[in-house]
Amino acid sequence: MSNIVQKTPVVALAGQPNCGKSTIFNLLTGARQFVANYPGVTVDKMYGSCTIENQKVSIVDLPGTYAFTSYSKEEMAAREFILNDSPDLIVAVVDASTLDKGLYFVLQLLEMGKPVVVALNMIDVAHRRGLYPDAMRLSEALNVPVVPLQATKKNGSKDLLEIVGKVIAKNTNSNSYQMDYNELTPFIEKLAQTIERGGFLSTHPPYWIALKLFEDDSAVLELIQKNSEMAKEIIPLIQTLKEEISEKFSKTALAMLTFERHTKARTLFKASLGESKEDSSDSADDSSDKHIYTPSLTDRIDSVLCHRILGPICLFAILFVFYQVSVTLGNDLAARVWPLWASVETFFISKLPIEGFIVDPIITFFGNWLVKSLTAIMNYLPIFFLMFGFVAILEDSGYLARIAFVLDKIFNIFGLHGQSTLPLIIGGIYVGGCAIPGVVATRAIPDERARFATIMIVPMMNCLAKVPLYLLLIGVFFANEAGSSMFFMGTITLIVGLIVAKVLSLTILRSYPPSPFIIELPSYHMPTFRNVINESFRRVAIFIKKIFTVVLTVSSVVFLLIYFPNLSEERTQYFANEQTKLETGFLKAVDKTDYAGQITQKDIVPLLIYQSELRAMKMGKNKDQAATINDEELKANPLYASIILRKTPAGKSIFGALRKVDSKRKGLRRNYSTERFEGSYLGRAGKAIEPITAGAGFTWRINVALLSALAAKENSAATLGALYGIDGATTAESFKEQESSFTPLHALALMLFMAFYPPCLATAMMVRAQTASTKWMLFAILFQITLGLGIATLVFSLGTMLGFTGVEAMWTFYGFCFLIMLIIGFIPIKAPDYSLQALKT
Amino acid sequence: MTLNDMANTDVCKVVNVNIGGSLGQRLSDLGLCPGTDIHFIRSAPFSDPIHVRIGYYHIALRRSEAKYVEVEK
Repeated sequence: MSNIVQKTPVVALAGQPNCGKSTIFNLLTGARQFVANYPGVTVDKMYGSCTIENQKVSIVDLPGTYAFTSYSKEEMAAREFILNDSPDLIVAVVDASTLDKGLYFVLQLLEMGKPVVVALNMIDVAHRRGLYPDAMRLSEALNVPVVPLQATKKNGSKDLLEIVGKVIAKNTNSNSYQMDYNELTPFIEKLAQTIERGGFLSTHPPYWIALKLFEDDSAVLELIQKNSEMAKEIIPLIQTLKEEISEKFSKTALAMLTFERHTKARTLFKASLGESKEDSSDSADDSSDKHIYTPSLTDRIDSVLCHRILGPICLFAILFVFYQVSVTLGNDLAARVWPLWASVETFFISKLPIEGFIVDPIITFFGNWLVKSLTAIMNYLPIFFLMFGFVAILEDSGYLARIAFVLDKIFNIFGLHGQSTLPLIIGGIYVGGCAIPGVVATRAIPDERARFATIMIVPMMNCLAKVPLYLLLIGVFFANEAGSSMFFMGTITLIVGLIVAKVLSLTILRSYPPSPFIIELPSYHMPTFRNVINESFRRVAIFIKKIFTVVLTVSSVVFLLIYFPNLSEERTQYFANEQTKLETGFLKAVDKTDYAGQITQKDIVPLLIYQSELRAMKMGKNKDQAATINDEELKANPLYASIILRKTPAGKSIFGALRKVDSKRKGLRRNYSTERFEGSYLGRAGKAIEPITAGAGFTWRINVALLSALAAKENSAATLGALYGIDGATTAESFKEQESSFTPLHALALMLFMAFYPPCLATAMMVRAQTASTKWMLFAILFQITLGLGIATLVFSLGTMLGFTGVEAMWTFYGFCFLIMLIIGFIPIKAPDYSLQALKT
Repeated sequence: MTLNDMANTDVCKVVNVNIGGSLGQRLSDLGLCPGTDIHFIRSAPFSDPIHVRIGYYHIALRRSEAKYVEVEK
């Protein structure tokens, strides 16, 4: 019961899914939007503000729901906000083209007793369907203001704001509409009066409580039971009333209530179209309707997109394009944006103390590390942006519901949901994706069991960061079967993912309450550019906010683990001696020239840095430009430039000495960092777990690379590179040299481990956010480590035992998994027993 | 007969919804309650779920859910 600042009026936007509520929200609030969670649940609470006649009004976008029951967390969040936070006004957004359904929602909203304004959205779509609902007539019937509008074109938003302003100014606290439930009314009133007389739950309208009690609403029942006095009086009364009802009408109260509401909604709908009530008195049959349903464009599109054969083909094509564009275009964009991050990186690094001869100041090392961890993730932003944009397009257009419709059967076999498709694609269903937005996208899955199963398998898909390692290993060990090996990696993850989803659904997820699938197939809409861009920006911004601190913290911890403890006294002394040797040698050479005294020990590192900077400046320049740069440098920095550019005989000889120092220093630095790394806590951990990973054929070096991949997957290839002391370009060669005992079987085990390895920490944080549970996050991490190691060990040990080559092991494993998938697909998941649930309440 | 037995272009009227709880509630919230006319549109590519029209809107539901909706022609 948070109190939003007293003086700012609060307007809540309520509506069913697909009514265009978020478009209105964007229209009203513009860029001033924020997101939070409703207390205790993973339902996003969107809020923002707008100005009406110089008054700031705060706007809350309630989750889209069909009703206000206690069966879903969205409905509970919406209704608790309405009842407990007492917004000054509720704008009920309805889709004018499906007004019959929308009015059913409005009626329930009115019963909650707050002031309501109805926004008749998508009025243009209704007109195109030959429906002309009259706002005035509807307003009279409902006794609340009704505003027609077309949010996508901004038509009518001014009228809406004006009315909202007026209603707020009136400062009423209720609406005066009371629905008549015909034969049931006396029963409801009797219960409502008892509640009112007892003064029970005075925050909620008694009539509404009575209705909810007849609907067997468990949350309201709980509220009643909390107060023993109230329970004593009310519970037996409900029982008797319900019995009376079923005796008298041989129907349940619940069925009668919904029937009355639907009938009322339809009557209102027809009345708004200008038909008299008598025309359609008790019949809901729309064939007696003057407005005979004429197939719309949506129906024609659906006859292709939902078609038995064409549907899946179109789906495949659309998703293929979606995927290709976001990955290829995303990569291209990322490459274009990269110079920006690189300059940020250079800027920060230039602010740090300069590197040392062998040992860098810790602050430099740490600063470098942090900045690079951040830019590594920032690099993915363009891809996220495109992916979120595509998700917004699929959502806005209405196609997302069709994806669920077409694929639900297959996914349902494995305990997933039709809506699991999108998160899996984003996570990288074939090759290249990202688990972070993938896990975020699971929020659209209405079934908790399927949602959790999806969250658990999204990180197993092939995200972009796993690909470099695949490419490296396939390039070295499966060069002749590169294409088929990539196909293997691309599809094995999905096969294993489906198996895992099924196993989880049959075991730990079994007790999760089932949710009905039933979804609306909304009319198709052309997504507006503005909305899509807005949505992408918003989600990217949320991502940055959530991830920024996490990445900083985690990389700081990893830094400590790879940096400490310090080298032994003896080794430190050794490196110091080597440094002195090199320095004195160099200075001796200097002293032989007229540079003596001008170049001292302090100049060595700056000279080397200057050299590489100068090289960088001339990169990509032609001869003349390079000459100009040289001339300018000779003027600006004559001392260093004359040495590096070898302008004098003395400079030449010093340059020769410098080159020797440079190459020896590089070797020493490499040795130093390798030793430091090996002796670090992470390095020791890598060695300590060697016995465990031996079954999978991993050496400690690989262990270290894999451990560092926890921070971010792309680290694995980089760390392997660092460990083998080579730059990216030559990693493959050196890898082969240094791990000469490494066979294709080793490589296969390593790739498989990487595929099912735990989510990177950013993903793990997203898992936590989406499940609202640290336990689930830990489970995801441990489970995947075990699975990855298990599979790698199985493949490697069995492969070795049976004398398989890498390729043989690969396809044997593939066949094995495929078979398991088929078999496990046949195990039925216990059908949700909805009747039991009904008895309980 | 139930909603599950409907086939191409059938139009039926809901007689009863034989289920309570969250499923019963959801069915009726989307308009599947006695007295409503349902137009069968199609089955999904793998025959499940099904696509029906009620009034001016379209919904999809699984066959395991449709079996609770009793209808008549």
